[in-house]
Amino acid sequence: MNLITISGPPSSGKTAIITKLIKSFKDRKLNVGVAKFDCLYTDDDLIYKKLGIPVLKGLSGSLCPDHYFVSNIEEVVEWGVKNSLDVLITESAGLCNRCSPYIKDVKAVCVIDNLSGVNTPKKIGPMLTMADIVVITKGDIVSQAEREVFSSGVAMVNPRATIMNVNGLTGQGAYELSTLIYENDQHTDSVKGLKLRFSMPSATCSYCLGETRIGAEHQLGNVKKIEAGDLK
Amino acid sequence: MIKFDKIKKMKIDELLKKYSFMSNYFETNNFENLDYKSTLEENINKLDNEELEELGVKKDDILLKIEEYIKQMIEFLGIKEDDDVNSISIIAGTNKFGNEEKYEELKIKKGEIICIVGPTGSGKSRLLADIEWVADRDTPTNRKILINGKNPDKKWRFSSSNRLVAQLSQNMNFIMDLSVEDFLQLHAKSRLVENPKELIEKIINSANDLAGEKFERETQITDLSGGQSRALMIADTAILSKSPIVLIDEIENAGVDRKRALELLIGEEKVVLMATHDPMLALLGNKRIVINNGGIEKIIETTEEEKEILKELEVIDKRMQGLRNGLRYGENLSNI
Repeated sequence: MNLITISGPPSSGKTAIITKLIKSFKDRKLNVGVAKFDCLYTDDDLIYKKLGIPVLKGLSGSLCPDHYFVSNIEEVVEWGVKNSLDVLITESAGLCNRCSPYIKDVKAVCVIDNLSGVNTPKKIGPMLTMADIVVITKGDIVSQAEREVFSSGVAMVNPRATIMNVNGLTGQGAYELSTLIYENDQHTDSVKGLKLRFSMPSATCSYCLGETRIGAEHQLGNVKKIEAGDLK
Repeated sequence: MIKFDKIKKMKIDELLKKYSFMSNYFETNNFENLDYKSTLEENINKLDNEELEELGVKKDDILLKIEEYIKQMIEFLGIKEDDDVNSISIIAGTNKFGNEEKYEELKIKKGEIICIVGPTGSGKSRLLADIEWVADRDTPTNRKILINGKNPDKKWRFSSSNRLVAQLSQNMNFIMDLSVEDFLQLHAKSRLVENPKELIEKIINSANDLAGEKFERETQITDLSGGQSRALMIADTAILSKSPIVLIDEIENAGVDRKRALELLIGEEKVVLMATHDPMLALLGNKRIVINNGGIEKIIETTEEEKEILKELEVIDKRMQGLRNGLRYGENLSNI
C-alpha cells in the first residue's frame, strides 16, 4: 500500500486537492482510501464518502491534533491494509503552522495557497520545509507575478521539494500530481518502528495538566518567557 | 558543477560577495547572529539544539539544503543559449473516446499567436495543462510535447524558477498590499534581474500604454481598476517573466487595448496560446485550434478573406472604444 501524508494550513485547499487526486487514482483503477484528521469539527468525510471510497475520521478534541495523529497512525495503517487499499491518503490540518507529522520514507505533501501572503513560507516550519512535494493552490485568483514571487519564497525554504501549482477547482495539475505521488514499488504496510522526520514542539507545562489560573506561581514544567526587558 | 566542500569553508562575507542571493536566503530562513568572519560550516556547527529547534531544522540538513539552493540558483542565473525555446510542437494523442486526434503535429514558433476555441468543457484546460506539464504520452490525452523539435529536458517539469509557462488567467486581482513600484521590485527580486529600475520603468510605461486611464508608480496595486490591473499584469508578464510560453485565458472587454497587449507579448518573443471566443482576437492569431470531446478536431489557418473581416472588426472595435471613452469623459455620444 502507498501511504501518503498530506498537510497544510486550514483552508489551503487540501480537501479539494485530495478529491481531485481520488478521481485520478480511481480512473487508474487504484483502490484509494482517506483518513481525515481534524481538531474540533469536519464534514470532509462526507465529501469523500460521496466518491464511494472508504473513509476514516478522527477528531483530536482537546489534544494537539498532530500528537493525536502520531499516536493513531499505526491503527490507521492497519485499517488501510484491512480494506486492501492501494493508496491510503492521510489528511491533517497544520493548525499551529509548525508541525506536520511527516514520517521518514513516507511521501509527504504540503498544501499552501497563494492567498496566504508573501511572507507565509517563512512562517511555516517543518510542515513546509520537510515536505517532498509542495502544492500551491488558488493560483487562478492571483497574478502571474504573485505566483512567481510566492513559489520562489517556497523554493528558498525548501529547495529540495518539487513545487507544483494545482487548481483545486478545475483540477488543472491534479493528474500530474497523482503520477508523482503513486509509486508501484512503494509498500508501507506497517509504520511500526518508523520515525518522524522532525520532532514535535515540546509542551508539558502546568496548563497541559489542567491548570487554568494565570500567574508565574502557577507555572510548572516547560515554560518559556518573552524577552520584555527588566520589568522591575 | 559547484564544489560544495569549498563553499562550506568560505567565510560568510566571502560567500555573500560571491553569491549575493544568499543574503535573501539567510533572511528568509531566519538566520540571525551570523558571524561574518567565520565559515558557513562553523556558523552552522555553532547552533545549539535550542536554536535548531527554533529554526525548525536539523543540523545535517541545513548544509544539504544550502547546497541544493545554491545549485538551483546558479542554474537559474546561468540560463544558457540552448535553453531558449524557439518552438513547441504538440503531437497528436486521443480524445475522450480514445479516438485518434485529427492532426499529426502542430508546431508553434516564437512570435506566433495560436488561438484555442471550443465549447466549455471541451478540453481547452487539458490542452493548456498538457503544455504546462510538457506531456510525454503520460496524461489522459496521450499527447506529446516537443521543445525545439526535440524531446524536452525533464527540468521543465519540476524546476520552480525556470518555468516554461506563464499563465494569464481570467481573474486578475492583486492581493498584495503594495504600491506598483514595490510590487514590481519584489517580483524583480524573485527573478534576480540585474537592472530592476530600468525594467520597472518599462513595465509601468507599457502598462499605461495599454490601459485607458493612467496610474502612478505610487498607486497601491489593490487600488488599480480592472483594466489597469490587467494592463499591469500583461506588461509584467511580457517584460519580467522569463517563461517563454504564455497561456492566456481570454482577455476580453476589460478596458485594455487587446491588440496592443498581444503585440507587446509577441514583441518580447514568446510563444502565445490564447483561449478565446472573441472573433477579433481569434483572427489576430495565425492559426486556431478547434477542440471538441477532449480532442483537437481541426486546425484552421487564418485565411486572407478572414483577415479582411478583421479589418471590419477593427473599425467596429475602434468605434466602440471611442464611445466608451466618450462615455467615460462625460461627452454627448451623438457627437462621436
